[in-house]
Amino acid sequence: MSYLIGERMTGGYGGADILKDCTISVDRGEIAVVVGPNGAGKSTAMRAMLGLLKPREGKVLLEGEDITKLSPQQRVHRGMAFVPQTHNVFVTLTVEENLEMGAYLRRDDISGTMEKVFELFPVLKDRRRQAAGELSGGQRQQVAVGRALMTLPSVLMLDEPTAGVSPIVMDELFERILEVKRTGIAVLMVEQNARQALNIADHGFVLVTGENRFTDTGEALLANAEVRRSFLGG
Amino acid sequence: MEYTTDLLNALVLLSNYVLVPSLSYGSQLALGAVGVTLIFGILRFANFYHGEMMAFGTMCTIFITWWFQSMGFTAGFFPTALLALPLAILITMLLALATERSVFRFYRLRKSRPVIFVIASVGVMFMLNGIIRMIIGPDEILFRDGQKFLIKAGAFKKMTGLSEGLALKQTQVLTVILAVLAVLLLFWFLQRTRTGKAMRAFSDNEDLALLSGINPERIVMVTWVITATLATLAGVLYGLDKSFKPMVYFHLLLPIFAAAIVGGIGQPVGAIIGGYIVAFSEVTATYAFKKFLKYLLPSDMAPDGLIQFLGTDYKFAVSFLILVLVLLVRPTGILRGRVL
Amino acid sequence: MTVLLLAVGFGQSWNVMLAIFNLCLISAIMSMGLNMQWGYAGLFNAGVMASTAVGGLAAVLISYSPVRKAWDAGGTELGIAFAALVVTIVLGLLVWKRMRPGRARSLSLTAVVLVGYGFIRFFYEGASSSIEAVETAKTGFLGGLGLPVLFSWAAGGVAAAGLAWLVGRIALGLRSDYFAIATLGISEIMISVLKNEDWLTRGVKNVTGLARPVPYEVELQQTEWFVSLVKWFHESSLVESGAGSDALREVILLSSGVFVKLCYSALFLAVLLMILALAMLALNSPWGRMLRAIRDNEAAAAALGKDVTNRHRQVFIIGSAVIGIAGAMLTTLDGQFTPGSYIPLRFTFLIWVMVVIGGSGNNLGSVIGAFITWFLWIEAEPAALWLVGLISSMLAETSPLRPHLLEVAPHMRMVLMGLILVLVLRFSPRGVLPEQAPERN
Repeated sequence: MSYLIGERMTGGYGGADILKDCTISVDRGEIAVVVGPNGAGKSTAMRAMLGLLKPREGKVLLEGEDITKLSPQQRVHRGMAFVPQTHNVFVTLTVEENLEMGAYLRRDDISGTMEKVFELFPVLKDRRRQAAGELSGGQRQQVAVGRALMTLPSVLMLDEPTAGVSPIVMDELFERILEVKRTGIAVLMVEQNARQALNIADHGFVLVTGENRFTDTGEALLANAEVRRSFLGG
Repeated sequence: MEYTTDLLNALVLLSNYVLVPSLSYGSQLALGAVGVTLIFGILRFANFYHGEMMAFGTMCTIFITWWFQSMGFTAGFFPTALLALPLAILITMLLALATERSVFRFYRLRKSRPVIFVIASVGVMFMLNGIIRMIIGPDEILFRDGQKFLIKAGAFKKMTGLSEGLALKQTQVLTVILAVLAVLLLFWFLQRTRTGKAMRAFSDNEDLALLSGINPERIVMVTWVITATLATLAGVLYGLDKSFKPMVYFHLLLPIFAAAIVGGIGQPVGAIIGGYIVAFSEVTATYAFKKFLKYLLPSDMAPDGLIQFLGTDYKFAVSFLILVLVLLVRPTGILRGRVL
Repeated sequence: MTVLLLAVGFGQSWNVMLAIFNLCLISAIMSMGLNMQWGYAGLFNAGVMASTAVGGLAAVLISYSPVRKAWDAGGTELGIAFAALVVTIVLGLLVWKRMRPGRARSLSLTAVVLVGYGFIRFFYEGASSSIEAVETAKTGFLGGLGLPVLFSWAAGGVAAAGLAWLVGRIALGLRSDYFAIATLGISEIMISVLKNEDWLTRGVKNVTGLARPVPYEVELQQTEWFVSLVKWFHESSLVESGAGSDALREVILLSSGVFVKLCYSALFLAVLLMILALAMLALNSPWGRMLRAIRDNEAAAAALGKDVTNRHRQVFIIGSAVIGIAGAMLTTLDGQFTPGSYIPLRFTFLIWVMVVIGGSGNNLGSVIGAFITWFLWIEAEPAALWLVGLISSMLAETSPLRPHLLEVAPHMRMVLMGLILVLVLRFSPRGVLPEQAPERN
C-alpha cells in the first residue's frame, strides 16, 4: 500500500480535462518522479494531489485515508509539504525567517529542525541573515526546500526543482534530495530533466497528455528503449 | 560678529517656520502613511476611507476627553486627549473590524479586483463622513488642553538675545515622540513576533504564506487593528496640533497616499521616510523665504518679493507633484516596494 | 422614475421639478462619460471634477467677452511667460534625449529647469498682477473670446479631452488604485489652479453673468406673445382668482421660469440623445467591437497584438470630453463659474454612485442611474428634514436631541449615498437595470 497515492485522477481547471485516469503514488523513504513532455499534466497531477485542484473523478489517499476533500492547508497539517516551481521563497524575509515561516504550524522548539536543515544545506547557514531575494537561483531552491522541510513532513512534493538551474547546481540539489529521502520522507518530484531525475528515482511515472504511459522503477524506465527514444533523447 | 547673529537668526527662523512644523507634520503623515501602506501591502488595495478612520478615531477621542474633563479627570500638564487615546483606539479597532466583516470580506473571499475594493472603500468613506458630521457636527473643534507651549517665542528671544524666536508647542514634541514610539513598537512587532513575520510573509507572497499554514483571516484582522491604531494616533496628533474639522482628513488622503507611494508600497520604513519627504517638501515649497534671505544676504541684495516657490494654496500640488515624479521616475518607490 | 418626478412636480412646484430634471440630464451625460471609462476600460477615474471644471472654464473662456484693458495690461508679459515655458520644456526634452545619461546631463537639465523657472516666474508674476489689477471688482481677468454659447459646450469637451490626454500620458498603464490616486491628485491641483489664478478665472470672486442660449426670464415677462400664451394657458385659474394684475404677474413670473427651464431641458435632452446615439454607433463599429473584446478578455487581446493602452487612452479621452461638455452645460445653466463649488464629494464620488447604480458598461443604465442618484441626493435633504420633524414631534419639547437632529439632517444624505453605493456594489453589481453585455466582475 503506497503511503501517498492519487488514484485514477480525472479533471482539469474547469474546461477540458487535463488529467485522464491518472495514478501517481509514492512510498516512505522513496523517490517517485513524474516525467513527460510539456503539457503532459505533470504539474497538474501534483497540484491535484496537493489539493490545489479538485479532480472530477478519482481520489487521493494518504496512509490509506481519503483526503480528497481536504484543502491544501489541511493537507499541510497532515504532513504534506510542497515546493512550488516559482515564487517559492519569501524574497523579503531572511533565510532564517523563511525557515521559521516554513515551521509556522509548529508550536514546539524548531531550533533542532533548523540545525538539521543547515546541516543539509550548509550554504544557508552562512547566509541565514541574508534576504532570500539576494541569493542565487540554486541557493534559493535550497531555501525553498529547506522551508518545506521545517514542518518535518512525511511527504515532500517538488515541482520542477531544477528548472532554470545550472547542471552543477542540479547535481547538488539531487544529492540533497537523496539525503532527504534517506531520512524516511516520501519524495514526489515532477521533473523536466527526465534522465537525471530518473537516475535517482525509485519509481517513475511517464505521463503523456494526462495519462499514465509508462510506470516502472527508475532503472527500468531508463533502460526502456521506447522511453529512451521518446523522452530521453535516445 | 554681526554676521553670526544674522546667521543664527536665519537658522532660528527656518527652524521655527520650516523645520519644526515639518517634523511635526511629517510624523503625522508618516503614521497615516504606514497604516495605508500596510493595507496596500497586505490587503492589496488603496483604502480611500483611511482619512475618515482618522477622523472617527479623533472624534471618539474628543468625546472621551470631554467626558473625562467633565468628571474633573485631566492629565494636567499633558493634553487630556492622551488619556482618552487607548479607549478611542479600541473603538476604532471595532469600527475597522466591523467594516472588514460587513463590506470587504465578501470581496476578499471572491478575490475581486482591487478596484472593487477601492469603490467599496469610497462608499464607506461617504457613510463615515456623513455619520461623523452627524454626530459631532461639521465645525472646527479645539480639544487641546494642558500646557500649550514648552518654549514661548518671547521667552526664547529673551534667553538668546536674538530677534527671532523659536516657539515649541507641546503637541509638536509629543507628536514626534509618540510617532517614534509607535513606529518602534510596530517594527518590533513586525520583526520579532511570529504574527508580525507572518504578516510580512503574507505581504510578500500570499500563496506561499497560505501553503505554510498561515491563517489569512487572522492576518487581515491584525492588519486592520494595527491600521486603526495608527490612524487614530495620527488623527489625534494632527487634531491636537492644529484642530479637528471633519473635512480636513479627506484632504490629508492625498499627501498620505503620496508618502506611501514615495516610500514604496508595502514598506513601512518607506512610508515613514515618505511622510517626512512630503511634509518637508510641502512646507518648504510654500514658505516665503524673504526674511530668511534678508538675514543671509547683504542688505542691498535683499529680495523684494516673497520668494515663495508656490502659493500656500498649492500645498496639495506639492504632494501630487512628488507623487507624479515618483511614478514616472521610480514607480517602486525609494525602498523598492511592490509596483502596483 | 417619471412617477417620482411628476410627484415632485405636483407636490412641490414645477420649477423645482424642472430644475431637478435639468440637473438629472446633465448628470446623466457626466455619468455616461464616466461609464465609458469604467465599463470599457476599467479605469477608476477619481478626477471627474477636473474635467467638469475645465469644461466650465471653457464656457467662460469662449462666451465671455474679452476684457480689452486686461489684455493690454498683461497680455504681452503673459505671452512672454508662455513662450518661456515652451522654450524651457523643449530645451529640457532636448537635453534629456540628446545627451548621454550621466552627471553632465542631470546638471544641465537642472540648470535649464531652474533658469527657465526663473524667467517664467518673473514674467508671469508681472502679468498676473497687472491683469488682476484692472477693475478687480468687476473683472480683473482676461475674459474670453466672446463667441456664441453653444460653441463653448463643444469647447468644453475639447478642453477636457486635452486635459485627459495629458493625464493619460502620466497615469495610464498604472494599476487601478494608482490611477485613482493620480487622477484625484490632478483634479485637486486643477481646482487649486482655478481658485487661485485670478487672471484667468477670477478665482473665488467667480465669474457671473455668463451668456446663455435661452431667453432671460425677465425679458420673457415683457414679451407680448409670451404673456398671451400664459394667459391662454391659465385661463381657468385666472378667471377664478379674478383677473387681478397681481395674480397675473405671479403666474407670469412662475411660467417664465418654467419656460426657460423647458428650453434648457430641450437643449440638454438634445445633447444627451446625440451622445447616446453616437455612443451606440461607436459601440457597434469595428472600433467598438475591438473595445468590447479588450474589455472581455484583456490578456487575450493583448496577446493578439492589440495596443490595449492606446485604446484605453482613447476611451479615457472621449469619456472626459463627454464629461467636459456636461461641465460646460452646467456652468451655462448656473450662469456663473464658481471654482469653489467643485468639491470632490459632490462631483467625483456622486457620479461614481450613479455609474455603480446604473451598472457598468451600460449606457442607458448610467442615464437611469444618474436620474435616480441625483433625485435621491436632492430630495434626501428635505426628506430627512421631514423625517427629523416627525421624530422631533414625538420627542419632548425641550429634548436636546431636537435641535441636534435638525442640524444633522443635511448630512444624512451623505450616509444614504454611501450606503446605497455599498449595497448596490455588493448585491447588484450589474446595476439596477438588467444588463445585456456580460459583467466584468
